[in-house]
Amino acid sequence: MFGAGGGTTSYREVEETDVIFLWGANARENHPIFFHHVLKALHRGAKLFAVDPRRTVSAQWADDWLGLHVGTDIALAHAMARVIIHAGLANEDFIRRATSGYEEYRQEVEQFTLDVAERITGVPAEVIERAALTYARAGRAVICWTLGITEHHNGTDNVFALINLSLLTGHIGRYGSGLSPLRGQNNVQGGGDMGAIPNRLVGFQDWTTDPSVRQRFETAWNTTLKPEYGKNLSEMFEAMDHGEIHAVYAIGENPARSEADQGRAERLIRGLDHLVVQDIFLTQTAELATVVLPASASWCEAEGTVTNSERRVQRVRKALEPPFDARDDMWIIAEIAQRLGYHWGHPTAEETWNELRTLAPIFAGMSYRRLDNEGGLHWPCHDENHPGELFLHSRLWAEPRGGPPAPFHAVKHEMPVEMPDDEYPFQLTTGRRLDSYNTGVQSGGYTSPLRRGESVDMSPEDVARLGFTDGERVRISSRRGSVEAPIRIDRNLRPGLVFMTFHFQDDVRTNLLTIDATDPKSGTAEFKACAVRIDPLGAAVTASIA
Amino acid sequence: MTALIPIEPLRKSVEISVDSRPVSVPEGSTILDACRRADIEVPTLCYLDTLHPVNVCRVCVVEVEGSRVLVPSCSRKVEPGMVVKTDSERVRHSRKMVLEFLASSVDLSTTPEVAEWLADYAADPERYGPPAPPSAAGERDSHGPGHHHAVEPGFRATVAQPVKLDNDLYIRDYGKCILCYKCVEACGKDAQNTFALTVAGRGFDARISTEFAVLLPDSACVYCGNCIGECPTGAWMFKTEFDRRAAGTWDESAQEVTTTICPYCGVGCSLELHVQDNEIVKVTSPLDHSITSGHLCIKGRFGWKFVQNRGPVRQSEGVDRG
Repeated sequence: MFGAGGGTTSYREVEETDVIFLWGANARENHPIFFHHVLKALHRGAKLFAVDPRRTVSAQWADDWLGLHVGTDIALAHAMARVIIHAGLANEDFIRRATSGYEEYRQEVEQFTLDVAERITGVPAEVIERAALTYARAGRAVICWTLGITEHHNGTDNVFALINLSLLTGHIGRYGSGLSPLRGQNNVQGGGDMGAIPNRLVGFQDWTTDPSVRQRFETAWNTTLKPEYGKNLSEMFEAMDHGEIHAVYAIGENPARSEADQGRAERLIRGLDHLVVQDIFLTQTAELATVVLPASASWCEAEGTVTNSERRVQRVRKALEPPFDARDDMWIIAEIAQRLGYHWGHPTAEETWNELRTLAPIFAGMSYRRLDNEGGLHWPCHDENHPGELFLHSRLWAEPRGGPPAPFHAVKHEMPVEMPDDEYPFQLTTGRRLDSYNTGVQSGGYTSPLRRGESVDMSPEDVARLGFTDGERVRISSRRGSVEAPIRIDRNLRPGLVFMTFHFQDDVRTNLLTIDATDPKSGTAEFKACAVRIDPLGAAVTASIA
Repeated sequence: MTALIPIEPLRKSVEISVDSRPVSVPEGSTILDACRRADIEVPTLCYLDTLHPVNVCRVCVVEVEGSRVLVPSCSRKVEPGMVVKTDSERVRHSRKMVLEFLASSVDLSTTPEVAEWLADYAADPERYGPPAPPSAAGERDSHGPGHHHAVEPGFRATVAQPVKLDNDLYIRDYGKCILCYKCVEACGKDAQNTFALTVAGRGFDARISTEFAVLLPDSACVYCGNCIGECPTGAWMFKTEFDRRAAGTWDESAQEVTTTICPYCGVGCSLELHVQDNEIVKVTSPLDHSITSGHLCIKGRFGWKFVQNRGPVRQSEGVDRG
């Protein structure tokens, strides 16, 4: 956001805020300990709004559940903005001095009257209005989101629509007011921090636009950097499809199961000339590899750091000896470099971190000693005396304003790429459950009393209408593939919406169904929306399946 | 440019006397806080920094001048000029009785420090006679109010009963339960807000219970394990620890504790891995970590087994890339 790739707000502030939006985020199940901080706020009297097509266990704690139709987030956010503007609650002083692009945004949201928004989103007009007014009038307010916002073909625009609301009301850059994307993996934030993204070097530095950055890295690394961005994951698959990429080195990623439209992903992976997989397991992707490099588990068999959703960098430490011939990721990478003619030796995690601190100013003050003693530090942390920043963008409130204005984005509402029709009448949305995780390679390792395996969750109305029974195995088909799973009746789903996870890939390959309609800006596929049909087992599948 | 972060309002100091020593603590502190500041040891069982005090175990009681009854130091706030005695005859006698009654009726074999306290206070639980026979499985769970039957004369009543084993993650050994309420608080409003546990029954029949005493897998339990994290006596215990204790392979002196970060979602919970013989045997979280306050979810608490289930890498069948 505004040049920094991280959430603005700390958990401590969430406890002390007045209004919380969980937007496309089921934190009670997927970020349970973050939800403890939300609960502390609720016990203090804060209001909670849950925006989710499903009435999740998080929504059950909310003052209002905004049960919108899948993929109508922008229409909802714009309608809230229109309510706020027409009520005279836009923070015009903040807008004038800290933002740009307001007029165009104001015109874009004007068409989203409460009637229009109710029709598009399915959320009652008075609930939209109440949410908007409560947000705008709050002393402090935080919007949290996760994959319900980003796993759409227009996920980046969805995020912009939420950022707009914070700019409109000035709920940004102040203690207890901000924007908090909850990260789904323990180091997804850290991956971005460390430059494991195609368009930034460590510390979110752009070497293609800032010559001083490029020079600093070229000098430190004694190399020449190509002045162009790399490819994101979806672009890599595109490039494999076009024959531009022939070899892949996958570290700790299981794309043969985690990608949308899995049939295509697996076909492209099988078509590679050379596939190296470095992982702690022999994953389904590793099964397809030319070379498998067994790695140690980074969170308990190696030293290092991770960054959480509040930008707090914390130490991971070695507690176990890795099994068999598994080696530390850094050791493997250094050995490969050696074979390629680069003699890096084998620096320790701390030595590598200290080099990084000299190259990325936002981590400069984070010595291992401080990380150990202070329970982690929030970036940016510019020097050894800097306490780290609990929240970002206070510069927007400074007089005169620090840095460039924060832009509004007049993003357009668009429905999901594939909407239900007569042939595929149900909307499938995907997500996680409390006790399981992603493709199940980690969480499958323990026996959970809560686990009931994969299912297709349906509303009681749909189950009754189609004459199915709870637990009956059915065939779920999309235009891309077809799987079998038992039905589970879920009273928290509305008719027409069905839900599946992707935790049980050996049994039910849910991502055979999902669509790889991809957001060109983020490279993320629309895992949250595709059209499926549900048939009894044994029935002839009339629809053609590619 | 300075970011405006609210700071805690400055609290006035309050001067009190503890065991004839002057102690100064911030307004709003408890007598227990003052004792700790003065390095005066006060035993506690039901108290925990992260929970609201429930004042039920009474082992932390102290004498306050002018107070008719002994007061629980864990919740009583200091007042200026308060004169506190932690080691008077009255306090020692009260603690001795509390410890004696607890030890006479509950198995305290896995309660840390309690053996020392029993010795310090010369508590003698055996003087109440030999233990009555243990209850049958589920028997105590069915006692309604008013149905209490005294044990045979000459025997002492106990809460001994078979261990409840109904899932793979944790066990309930109610024969070790002192009814400190910590699990109820942790499952309830102080942390997890799941409310799967409460205290059922009255008097000596009171016991921790799920709704209608159903098995844990049939209850609202979400297996966060925060009840185990808070339990002071081992009445709630990790299955891994229970099995190793049963097999005689639980050895805390051979365990190393390493703090790291949970491998699952992006919240960043601090995990303390208790490792024995290169195997994780249990997972806790530091009480003073501001993200977790010692609390975890099912994945953080139990989801670590995958690192130990890794087999040797098989020869990959690979793909013919001819």
